Amino acid sequence: MIGTPEASGIITLTVNGAPREIPRNSTLAELLGALSLDPRLVVVEHNRTILRDREKYAAQPLASGDVLEIVHFVGGG
Amino acid sequence: MATTVEASLDPNPLTIAGREFRSRLLVGTGKYSSNVAMMDAIEASGAEVVTVAVRRVDLNRANEEGILNHLDPDRFFLLANTAGCYSADDAVRYARLARAAGFNEWIKLEVIGDQETLLPDTTGLLEATRTLAAEGFKVMAYTNDDLITALRLEEAGAVAVMPLASPIGSGLGMLNQYAIRTIKRRLQVPVIVDAGVGTASDACLVMEQGVDGILMNTGIAAAADPVRMATAMRQAVDSGRLAYLAGRMPRREVAVPSSPVSGMLDQ
Repeated sequence: MIGTPEASGIITLTVNGAPREIPRNSTLAELLGALSLDPRLVVVEHNRTILRDREKYAAQPLASGDVLEIVHFVGGG
Repeated sequence: MATTVEASLDPNPLTIAGREFRSRLLVGTGKYSSNVAMMDAIEASGAEVVTVAVRRVDLNRANEEGILNHLDPDRFFLLANTAGCYSADDAVRYARLARAAGFNEWIKLEVIGDQETLLPDTTGLLEATRTLAAEGFKVMAYTNDDLITALRLEEAGAVAVMPLASPIGSGLGMLNQYAIRTIKRRLQVPVIVDAGVGTASDACLVMEQGVDGILMNTGIAAAADPVRMATAMRQAVDSGRLAYLAGRMPRREVAVPSSPVSGMLDQ
């Protein structure tokens, strides 16, 4: 679990096109952790802004209604 | 005069935007039956440049592996593509995401104009090339075999222009060798033929036109034995390059005997 939902409530984001509930006051680093994603292997776009500095994920707040795209490299030609 | 064996080999590496690459064969990573099969084929191909696509992480399949779990970015040069993008804006967005992965600022730019043929939208391609070049990207632009578009892409700042041999995934080989030769003759930047190569003879013929390299994916991945085909493609690219450098004999529509015509018995 992330944070303390009983104290701070739940917010809903859109992550990769689908709604996802997370505890209020979660950071991006916590969300990636909850999704079992290695930050070094993904790129995150937050409300259409690419977050290029992974060092800042732990300080990146998430708000209700945020739209996140989490992408990675796959096979392609 | 005859040259030595050493001197007859390709004296120059493929060089794009000042960077030297160890192979003139560039390969894709799509459509393989498994990651092991993919890596075996890539090793056999001898390629250094390996293309990858940018896609959403599938959050419903726990611990789904991205390609970087198999492809060592220290050993291969990752060239991200914008495959699947149908507008300049989309392609620019994907390119920026790819750069944010942190490996390099190179992009194989595709702006597709039609779902059936996957032919490029050359207007969108030029627009995206200008935008990305201005942002410091090294743009390798996938385009058709049209000289004027190729020239415009070079003007727009592409570091390499990549005309198709034939449509993506078609395996039809080179449909217009005159067009490919003309593009190579007229451009200053490297010309890498991208798409349509189906078998080794296709690759050899492409390289015999004098182009700088070939990028292929399906030709290897969809072969019954991708490792064997990757080896064949590697040798075909080398052979075609050497044949180009050697300079082929002129074509004649009459026979010219190879053996002496004098010294026959009873003359």
